[in-house]
Amino acid sequence: MTLALPSAAAPAPKRQAMVAAGVLSVAAVTLMGGMLSTWLRFRAAAPTRESSDGLYIIKDWLPKDITIPEVAANTMLVTFFALLLMAQWACYSAKRGHDSHRSLALLVTFGLGAAIVNAQIAVYSQMGIGVRDGAYQSMFYAVTATMLLLVVVGMAFTAVAWFRSVGGRHDDMEVVNAHALYWYVLTTIFVALWFVVYVQK
Amino acid sequence: MRETYHDMTTIETHAQATSASQRDAVPQLLLGIADWVSSSDHKKIGRLFVALSWLLALGTAVIAALLGIERITPSTALIDADAAPQLLAVFRFGLVYAVLAPTFVGIAIAVAPLQVGARSISFPRLAQLGLWLWITGVATVIISILGNGGPAGGNADMVDLYLLGLAVTAAGLVAAATSAVVTVLTARAPGMSLERAPLFSWSALAGGFAIVASLPVAIGTVAYLYVDHTYARVAFGGNYAVNDHLGWSLTQPLTFVFVVMAVGALADMGPVVSGGRQPLRGATLAGIGLVTTAVLGSVTQSQHVLLWTGSVGDKIQSLITFALFNLLPVLGVLVVLALGALGAKSGKIRPNAAFALTFLGVGMILVGMLGNALLNIDAADLTGTVLEEGATVYVSYGTLLAGLGAITFWGPKLWGRKIADKKALGAGTLVLLGTVLAAFPQYIAGFQGQPNGAVASFDYDGPVSLWNGASAAGHALVILGLLAFIGAAVKDFRSGEHAGDDPWNGHTLEWATPSPAPHNNFSELAMVGSAEPVLDSRGVSA
Repeated sequence: MTLALPSAAAPAPKRQAMVAAGVLSVAAVTLMGGMLSTWLRFRAAAPTRESSDGLYIIKDWLPKDITIPEVAANTMLVTFFALLLMAQWACYSAKRGHDSHRSLALLVTFGLGAAIVNAQIAVYSQMGIGVRDGAYQSMFYAVTATMLLLVVVGMAFTAVAWFRSVGGRHDDMEVVNAHALYWYVLTTIFVALWFVVYVQK
Repeated sequence: MRETYHDMTTIETHAQATSASQRDAVPQLLLGIADWVSSSDHKKIGRLFVALSWLLALGTAVIAALLGIERITPSTALIDADAAPQLLAVFRFGLVYAVLAPTFVGIAIAVAPLQVGARSISFPRLAQLGLWLWITGVATVIISILGNGGPAGGNADMVDLYLLGLAVTAAGLVAAATSAVVTVLTARAPGMSLERAPLFSWSALAGGFAIVASLPVAIGTVAYLYVDHTYARVAFGGNYAVNDHLGWSLTQPLTFVFVVMAVGALADMGPVVSGGRQPLRGATLAGIGLVTTAVLGSVTQSQHVLLWTGSVGDKIQSLITFALFNLLPVLGVLVVLALGALGAKSGKIRPNAAFALTFLGVGMILVGMLGNALLNIDAADLTGTVLEEGATVYVSYGTLLAGLGAITFWGPKLWGRKIADKKALGAGTLVLLGTVLAAFPQYIAGFQGQPNGAVASFDYDGPVSLWNGASAAGHALVILGLLAFIGAAVKDFRSGEHAGDDPWNGHTLEWATPSPAPHNNFSELAMVGSAEPVLDSRGVSA
């Protein structure tokens, strides 16, 4: 200091990883929020036609020959909640200094992330649609692949937290909590995507 | 060992000594470049952001001048008909993502950690990643457009590359803004509550958060466009419709998101220039926050036009959405200016070039904001006219001018030396005149019906050559002014007058550390007891 300001002791850490995870989660929310809004806008603008019996007006958005594999989509949703349970277990263990439990919880979290990726691939495989086939198809791949990318980022975050955990950073509770926050936000985003893309279609 | 080698060569012959120093100079240069490129020092990252944006601003202004010349006689084409839309695309992209957005993101990265009393920026590698992603994205976009890509480009691969470059550019800005936001939120000195945060740091927080909230929406749109353009070309209409879906990311109100920090810089300098404390500080913080409401207009990806038709209820409904999306940011700037004037009234004003340039820059931004509001009044019938380009030019060059003021103000803390006030003011005046000359004729031409996005084959009842010639001359003046400022900055920051640690009698923590600020910013952390800790330490009463 060149001026006579009262000096202070080093401040306590202010949860930088947690805040950064929060800020980047906002970015993830607006990214997927924007994509889902565009999806809804396109679906609303899709042409309509009468049903064969003339009783209903059908929106010509989802091609007739496409069936959404609801089992795989719902499995993904359930897996997200199971993953949250594991991420919370990691936080719980980190707070109480149960190192082996924390490492195991993070490993299972990573595994469940991989299961979500697997379920998404199963959805693609069971639907059997090509990205070149039409408007719905290309938009379906764009929105779900972006979600998949966010899941892979989450898995990378989990892997970092796990490596730090097994590497002896036992006082590293903040990274575990920040990683859990990211998964909480991602699950919320997926609930919205699941409802708009897989339920409402 | 290396020093011994030097001594030996010096003793032997003069020729050999020269040769050795030449041999040594190259690695020194390379080491210097490597140091800057790989540095995690926020002051270097921020300065690289600003320096690269200035170089890109020169390129953008050259293209704008060429387009202006082309528009002087719209019936005859000087530029190849296929090249004109590409140049226009580079110009529009350059104005927003190469000039407007990075200028204050860079200044925030360099200055905000010093202001909040942090020893470094939070996540310095993220800020560094942001810088390199941004410049890689900008380079990719320029290469793609030159290769006949860009919106409405003829080369499909290059259109894909353009979309990719746009996403990378936006991701870089988000990463850099995240680093600045986390720093202000978590690395403030002991005793510095958010309420006591310097006004520029507050604007870095608010503006950075607005960037984080708005640009991912553009990235999401790019994801749709990229997949559709690469594979199907059904949903989004191929290359000709790229701007229909992404045009909002190159114009108002998204551009207002990037000016929040310029307004914050002015708010920060005002009390320093007047020598007093900022009255109604909370209201000033709220004013800066109001400018960030531009994020609402951005994420909804649509213009909110004032339609004065239908029932009274319809009119009120239209007025409310119009005001919410177009006038709230204007109100924010006006609040900051009014409270700044209130502070100036109670103090003794000692104006300097830094404040003058920032003030005039924010003035230009305000004119751009008002132009945008006018554009969105349906009865004015200005939609699709070149007034939109004029508003973007006002906002972008205004931010550039405010950036020149900010670098004049904080440059001493980054380099240890001052730019001479006369040089900064002279160069800044050229940029100011250039801005007015480049943008104001477009406002008039807009009223006369000159179409936006057209460089040839248009006509209207008015002096086409005069307005477009003046606009081209304005861009040329901006080039001259910016070159003059860069020249003055390079000379004075290398060999100009030593600034001293607190050349402006500043109020905030960055002026309590030596100039240039050391690698770790502060040798010891200060306890902050008010919003103006350095003013307090000089014994100035509240």
